[in-house]
Amino acid sequence: MFNYLIQGIFAGLIFSLLALGYTLVYGVLRLINFAHSEVLMTGGFAGYFYLHYTIGQHLVSGNIGETLFYIVTGVLISGVAGTVVAVAIERFAYRPLRRRNAPKLAYLISAIGASYFLLNLAGKEFGRYPTATSQPFDNHVVFTLWGGQISMYDFVILAASIVLLVTIDWIVSRTKMGRAIRAVAQDVETASLMGVNVNRTIAGTFALGGFMGGVAGFFVAINQGVAYDMGFKPALFAFTAAVLGGIGNVRGAMIGGVVLGIVMFTPIYWLGQPWLEEVIAFSVLVLILLFRPTGLLGERLGRSA
Amino acid sequence: MATPILAVEHVQVRYGSVPAIHDLTLHVDQGEIVTVLGANGAGKTTTLRMISGLHRPYSGKVFYEGEEIQGRPAHELVGLGLGHVPEGRRIFGTMTVRENLEMGAFGRRGNFSADFDHVYGLFPVLGERQKQLGGTLSGGEQQMLAIGRALMAKPRLLLLDEPSLGLAPLIIASIFVIIDRIRSEGVTVLLVEQNANQALRIADRGYVLESGEVRHEDSATALLGDDRIRRAYLGGED
Repeated sequence: MFNYLIQGIFAGLIFSLLALGYTLVYGVLRLINFAHSEVLMTGGFAGYFYLHYTIGQHLVSGNIGETLFYIVTGVLISGVAGTVVAVAIERFAYRPLRRRNAPKLAYLISAIGASYFLLNLAGKEFGRYPTATSQPFDNHVVFTLWGGQISMYDFVILAASIVLLVTIDWIVSRTKMGRAIRAVAQDVETASLMGVNVNRTIAGTFALGGFMGGVAGFFVAINQGVAYDMGFKPALFAFTAAVLGGIGNVRGAMIGGVVLGIVMFTPIYWLGQPWLEEVIAFSVLVLILLFRPTGLLGERLGRSA
Repeated sequence: MATPILAVEHVQVRYGSVPAIHDLTLHVDQGEIVTVLGANGAGKTTTLRMISGLHRPYSGKVFYEGEEIQGRPAHELVGLGLGHVPEGRRIFGTMTVRENLEMGAFGRRGNFSADFDHVYGLFPVLGERQKQLGGTLSGGEQQMLAIGRALMAKPRLLLLDEPSLGLAPLIIASIFVIIDRIRSEGVTVLLVEQNANQALRIADRGYVLESGEVRHEDSATALLGDDRIRRAYLGGED
């Protein structure tokens, strides 16, 4: 059982990284960026190509320095790729609508359009078949805890996620950019009267969320390989996680991801049906929307006063 | 005559295709308190929003310290010294009093401790409640915070939109005292008010707007003494 719990936690951390992108953007724009799945995909492919051209078919030596090097550089490259795509989505799919004061529905359609464009561009350029990623480290079991096996991969995800989640929490709550994001989330006009450049802040929000999404893509890529449609399912789960934690709430997205991961994977121990995870995830989504639409923590970035 | 700190020339503002302001011309001289009076829907708030860059004028020109500013975004104008305290105070409810004030100084660099002291000097209650969330303050305290927040940007011209709205008479009186004091410290004030009586008592001049146009324009004392104005905007008393 512990194995499933652990599997849930680590899958959940990836949901958390991805959920941050949804929640941050929702905070400032009050809309769900349905093109976020392609941010993960881009990060995944960036990581894939990076490892493909550095490691290729070689086996890595497995010493800690080398492992660390590939992980840190891979995370950075995927994160930057995610940032670039997220900012581009904002710039080309959303900002023109904002300038024209378009209704919310237009953003949704624009997001789906951007998503399909990127999805099929990747499908065309990189092929329609899933490909395995070169392994940056030897994925052995590091230690066993109450029968649950923690592998190198889990260990890496845990460490990287904690670093990233702490960093983003610090950025949002302590830095000047974070203050601008919170101000825009609460009241766009008043934020601009304070001297906050709203467009730049929105782009910055997409950049932050994009970085996290790109990193999530890196981890999915090394674990499951890459495919042009690799973003679709994790993005739906992450969206569920963001709603579960309270959309617009940064810490909520982090907690929501892990809780969702646990809720999704642990029951497999008893029920033994792997397909159940999806049923559970979306049942959770429906139940939250019915009974606690503000999520576990409620909305905190956003307006309330 | 010196250039006015603010000059609005033949401005028209539209919401969609509906004009909210027809052909507005007004000016504010350095060091003045000028008030804009008028009934609901006369275009007072739109006037301030247009000046501070929240709403783009359809036509006409706006000069701030001699420089054309119409169409420039609000966040740039703050840096030029144009402060706007919006209608309804618009405090950041989930930020503390101090964080709200920090937001006011967002576009500035350096150390603001003197500015915090200055604001806490004007409004001692804000100093006592530094760590309280903005949303938990009373209406009067929120108005003080909104004004204090705008002062943190060190404005040379302050636009005030209905600072007395929804406040108790005693609080209103103290807000007007503070506005007068802010002017005496060198900040020019353009004040939009429904509370015409109080506004005219501290103002030097006033404009009366009606359906998006200036209907009367005179010194504050003259407007206070004008029977038609009294009847229309100052309530029927004496």
